[in-house]
Amino acid sequence: MIHSLFLINASGDIFLEKHWKSVVSRSVCDYFFEAQERATEPENVPPVIPTPHHYLISVLRHRIYFVAVIQSEVPPLFVIEFLHRVVDTFQDYFGVCTEAAIKDNVVVVYELLEEMLDNGFPLATESNILKELIKPPTILRTMVNTITGSTNVGEQLPTGQLSVVPWRRTGVKYTNNEAYFDVVEEIDAIIDKSGSTITAEIQGVIDACVKLTGMPDLTLSFMNPRLLDDVSFHPCVRFKRWEAERILSFIPPDGNFRLLSYHVSSQNLVAIPVYVKHNITFREGSSQGRFDLTLGPKQTMGKAVESVLVSSQLPRGVLNANLNPSQGTYTFDPVTKLLTWDVGKINPQKLPSLKGTMNLQAGASKPDENPTINIQFKIQQMAISGTQLHTHPHTLQLQSQSSSSQLTTA
Amino acid sequence: MSSSSAFNEEKGGSSSVGEPEYGHDPASGGIFSSDYKRHDDLKEMLDSNKDSLKLEAMKRIVAMIARGKNASDLFPAVVKNVACKNIEVKKLVYVYLVRYAEEQQDLALLSISTFQRGLKDPNQLIRASALRVLSSIRVTIIVPIMMLAIKEAASDMSPYVRKTAAHAIPKLYSLDPEQKDQLIEVIEKLLADKTTLVAGSVVMAFEEVCPERIDLIHKNYRKLCNLLIDVEEWGQVVIINMLTRYARTQFLNPNINESLLEEGGGGEKTFYGSDEDEDEDEEEKEKKAEAAAMAKRKPYVMDPDHRLLLRNTKPLLQSRNAAVVMAVAQLYFHLAPKAEVGVIAKALVRLLRSHSEVQYVVLQNVATMTIKRRGMFEPYLKSFYIRSTDPTQIKILKLEVLTNLANETNISTILREFQTYIKSMDKDFVAATIQAIGRCATNIGEVRDTCLNGLVQLLSNRDELVVAESVVVIKKLLQMQPEKHSDIIKHMAKLTDNIQVPMARASILWLIGEYCEHVPKIAPDVLRKMAKSFTNEEDIVKLQILNLAAKLYLTNSKQTKLLTQYVLNLAKYDQNYDIRDRARFIRQLIVPTEKSGALSKYAKKLFLALKPAPVLESPFKDRDHFQLGSLSHLLNAKAGGYQELPDWPESAPDPSVRNVEVPEWTKCSSREKRKEKKVEKPFYSDSEGESGPTESADSESDSASGSESGSGSEGSGSASESEESGEVSVSEEEEGEEEEKKTKKRELKKAVQESESEQSSEEEDRKHERKMKQRKSDSESESDEEEESESESSQSESDDSESEAEVRKKKKAAESKPPSKPVKKETKKEKKEMSLLDLDDFEPAPSPQVTPVNNLLSNSLVTDLEGLSLSEAVLSPATIAPSSALKSYELLHRITGEGLSVEYCFSRQPFSPDANMVAVQMQFTNSSTSDTKNLHMEDVKLQSGMRVKDFPEIESLPAGETATAVMGIDFCDSTQAANFQLCTHTRKFFVSIQPPVGELMRPVFLTENEFKKEQGQLMGMNEITEKLTLDAKCRNEHTIVQRVTTAANLSRVPCGSDRECRFAGRTVTSGSLVLVTVATREEGAAQLTINCEKMVIGTMLVKDILLALTQ
Repeated sequence: MIHSLFLINASGDIFLEKHWKSVVSRSVCDYFFEAQERATEPENVPPVIPTPHHYLISVLRHRIYFVAVIQSEVPPLFVIEFLHRVVDTFQDYFGVCTEAAIKDNVVVVYELLEEMLDNGFPLATESNILKELIKPPTILRTMVNTITGSTNVGEQLPTGQLSVVPWRRTGVKYTNNEAYFDVVEEIDAIIDKSGSTITAEIQGVIDACVKLTGMPDLTLSFMNPRLLDDVSFHPCVRFKRWEAERILSFIPPDGNFRLLSYHVSSQNLVAIPVYVKHNITFREGSSQGRFDLTLGPKQTMGKAVESVLVSSQLPRGVLNANLNPSQGTYTFDPVTKLLTWDVGKINPQKLPSLKGTMNLQAGASKPDENPTINIQFKIQQMAISGTQLHTHPHTLQLQSQSSSSQLTTA
Repeated sequence: MSSSSAFNEEKGGSSSVGEPEYGHDPASGGIFSSDYKRHDDLKEMLDSNKDSLKLEAMKRIVAMIARGKNASDLFPAVVKNVACKNIEVKKLVYVYLVRYAEEQQDLALLSISTFQRGLKDPNQLIRASALRVLSSIRVTIIVPIMMLAIKEAASDMSPYVRKTAAHAIPKLYSLDPEQKDQLIEVIEKLLADKTTLVAGSVVMAFEEVCPERIDLIHKNYRKLCNLLIDVEEWGQVVIINMLTRYARTQFLNPNINESLLEEGGGGEKTFYGSDEDEDEDEEEKEKKAEAAAMAKRKPYVMDPDHRLLLRNTKPLLQSRNAAVVMAVAQLYFHLAPKAEVGVIAKALVRLLRSHSEVQYVVLQNVATMTIKRRGMFEPYLKSFYIRSTDPTQIKILKLEVLTNLANETNISTILREFQTYIKSMDKDFVAATIQAIGRCATNIGEVRDTCLNGLVQLLSNRDELVVAESVVVIKKLLQMQPEKHSDIIKHMAKLTDNIQVPMARASILWLIGEYCEHVPKIAPDVLRKMAKSFTNEEDIVKLQILNLAAKLYLTNSKQTKLLTQYVLNLAKYDQNYDIRDRARFIRQLIVPTEKSGALSKYAKKLFLALKPAPVLESPFKDRDHFQLGSLSHLLNAKAGGYQELPDWPESAPDPSVRNVEVPEWTKCSSREKRKEKKVEKPFYSDSEGESGPTESADSESDSASGSESGSGSEGSGSASESEESGEVSVSEEEEGEEEEKKTKKRELKKAVQESESEQSSEEEDRKHERKMKQRKSDSESESDEEEESESESSQSESDDSESEAEVRKKKKAAESKPPSKPVKKETKKEKKEMSLLDLDDFEPAPSPQVTPVNNLLSNSLVTDLEGLSLSEAVLSPATIAPSSALKSYELLHRITGEGLSVEYCFSRQPFSPDANMVAVQMQFTNSSTSDTKNLHMEDVKLQSGMRVKDFPEIESLPAGETATAVMGIDFCDSTQAANFQLCTHTRKFFVSIQPPVGELMRPVFLTENEFKKEQGQLMGMNEITEKLTLDAKCRNEHTIVQRVTTAANLSRVPCGSDRECRFAGRTVTSGSLVLVTVATREEGAAQLTINCEKMVIGTMLVKDILLALTQ
């Protein structure tokens, strides 16, 4: 299984290494650097690189490459999934997963990695268990520890390790019992030049933050469960019950977790809540191009469209752009030719637009490709698929229910 | 300085391996000395009494290790703290130890005693971590200690410690592979563990140490299937992958009928499909046809265990862990009937929304799947549309999938999509798209012209790369039907003026040369232009110019003779020797001289032979022989440690090997106990409530779906792990952790009430179950549900001869019914209710109620039925004389038998009343003073599937006399014992007959060629090879033959070589071939090879023959 792990930052420095079996020299990473050089974009480094004696499996998160070294046959997804779990755990522990955070907490990182893998095989990856074994660093605890010499390491075997609900720690107590559920939906759509939708699908997740005493057993039902085409669950959800009754029944982990993610098939027509009017032209023989872009809301049920961000990869021939936004700010990177426009909130009365000219390289012929436009935005309090929750908590009242929605249009 | 040198000495020799030795050389410089000084201060901190200082020091050291700096010189100072009370210091010391112990073996030994103490600690966490570190220290000298520790931990009462033991197994194995045999024993033991915690880890150990010992899985197969859903996700992946391999060896191909239908019906249906058919050898086809005939004779019935696996893995498609989903997907792909594979598509498409690395792996696998099962992903076509934000490698993979999915109906949509892609700014992607269009065009005849036109339009694209790629693809397309497209060739000829990309220029030139007859006017002109620019061209273009010149010379020498000579002359002085060689070659070939006689006549044939059109096919075409989801599949190369996915067996191995003996009474009582316990101990019942995720759900479906899933819920409630896994460990643990639990109990009481409703339903369910059990145990039938379903499958496999036997049995059963008591009738009824099986076909053995008289009667009936063609031995089975060569075994000793002694031997005669039985000849000797009367057998207890034919009752055996009798036992090709009672008029004796594996077969005669052919089909998993040194007395052929035939009932196969002895036989029940080869070498060295479908039989036989040959 996993032999070693190297963390490599964007500038190609190995800033952490950990070995679970015999030490593998860090020179093995040279093969990785070679592949990295060959790849034009950072995300184009192949996830699996064979070398004469080892295989390197890497993931890229937060501009850090997590490179696992393995020596023999193992399902690649096994390693990839584990590496992502490592990143998630770091994020959970330190808030962010950056090079600085890892370097500052190198001992905790090491202790975590030690617990997560034994001889290269995953041992404890549930956040609830890990948190019982190794307390996450907080400012208060760090201070107390330095004064009293006490430690972050738990002395007891986490009960989750032994129980049938390994995801929940025992002995949880809260004075305020509360549970929050966030429904986040993303639309992923491809829209062609003329504005017709080629494909659109909705990907939703229900994130929960549960702070309940003891061993609560919750049930949760949907108004229209048939909408959910394909679901994947946190291990705590009783699958058979869902199959039979379409009810989510589970003993939740303590704290934040992703309860389920679902997929609403593209067969159902998805109403895209915004539209774009565009007019981007280059004239033959002239070194100028026109750029005109207007955004507008559509079927938002009265909800505001927020945090709108437009980005577009302009053709290589474009030297610079001279544009005028009606609201927000725009930037154009002349090296990568990436145009980004931070629009903010769309005001239906005064539609945001971006107009102006682009200067092309002198003498270059008219670019024949049309740039693609990516739009990201958020709509609070709206689930595009119409997903609605019923909750049947056994012992408590739900305090609040918030929902947000995000849409990516490509 | 003095202190430092002392320090170095203390380190011993090993330090020289690592870093430069600081301090020895006074001139070693500032960095080193300051470095050393820093270490010195760390050393001081480690030596201090304060834990906080130690902790600080250890943290700094660990940070050094993390950065990859060498901290090995601190080893002595660190290792002292291994017994430190502070748990964090201790953990960090462990981290350090594991990292450096390998380099400093001697010093590491100092820490061993601490761990040994830790192994005995009452706290399970400490025991586990001691074992973990001990096994992680890679020091060869402690191998025996590790072995001992692992063995002890494997029977620890804490499942967590057992899990750690499972983890330690591969560590020890990699340190010292010599320990394999002992480790396998531990693995075997841990495989029997019923807790979900251990299951994943031990299977991982199994996969690393002895993946070939598939026989260890049999007994645990059903348990693993049932536990699967509750195992942690990483374990699930490992178990599913292992079970995929297992199922491939044990079950029949569920698609065997369908694949045949397909072959017969729609050969031309799909491009890939038809292609594949062509690839297959004729021989294979024949085989398939044979199989078809076979399949027609007996309809395929899925082994219930096969179904169990599919059913229990399906919910895991909903896992959040992509690796689990992928594992299930590959399991379905490799094992499920065609109609069911579709379910995985949706889950795999869902994974496409995950991280790009996950997408990358999933798409690779989808690409392979789409080649074989295109229909599966067609509904999800749009999910593979490319987004502008995808990384290039994902785009190219999606393109691959789209191309594979293209067919007549969706091609127009796909082509429209491709048109958009061509406008992308990512040039690699555009090139791949053009290739994809080319492939679509070759695959789907209807759109070939459309595609070609589109590609021709691309020729006027401004981007040279696009044009070049199009040229290359067009070239391939044109090769398929050049006649129609001379105008395209003309068009391309014009391009030579503009295109600069060498590959494209070369392609154009090749095209013009190849089809110069279609463009007779243009071709010479192109050559003229090329001749002008020859010196400036790339090598690959130069070669094609030479080619063109030669071809034109041959077809149109009038116009091009001079040009050709000019080009050849230029090439003659080229810098590249390839080009010079080619020029020389062509000149000799096409320009006739005196010397070049014969060949030049054929020059035209050589150059202008009709070339087959290239096949544009997916790079994923042949990948499916790798197990999907594996690293090897991804790389399309075998990775180290990859286990081949075996082919389906032709006939199913014995399914009874998976039967697990669970004595009825223990189950009942444990259940009762459990109930009592529940009343007393709320914690347990509660923990059961917790386990609800599966248990309660299971039980719901249970009541609905009858007996089979009943068995499922029994094992699958992992919750029940603690309860079911034997009461002993539970109660022990209880005592150990009483305190911990008390606190829990308090907290959990609340929850108990909540889960009450669930619990009660569970209770009900259990009652129901128990009732069923009770009924069964009442009726004295040992068979459980599984057994019944088993019989179903074995039924379907039974061949003609068996059905004959069945007829007989039916008769017999009919015969035996009248005298049997009403109790028995009831049993039957109940059974029928439960399994809806025709039980008449399944009569495990003559039941105890059958009186001897009846038995005799049926015996004669049998002979009636068999007709007159039977040999005489049939009529007098008791008259077979004992052969002196046969080894006899004791069944009943003279003393325990109160004067009656019984010996039995395997007579190796065919047992004529039933060909599937092994004849057992018994010799009764009465050494007492009185007569023994009414010798007969009763109360036969058998494993499922086994059958016994009683020997005829011996009326009386006078004192001092000897009598023989023959009985038949169908051992179902397993070495399980047949237990029965031997009764005299006064006493009953419990006896059992267990066959050596060699007696479970009968010899068959094969020719050398047949032998080789059969052996060729039993390779891989079915072949076991062992090296041995022959016993000094056993080096000639004769003794070898003698010893082998004594050990197993096989017949010699003639053999050309005198260094090899071959033997063949078939197992008695299933008739699977057993082939044995003993190849001798110099000095008594020899190699034993056994090919047998039944790996269990094979492995046991290897042992027996080895023993026979080496002693």
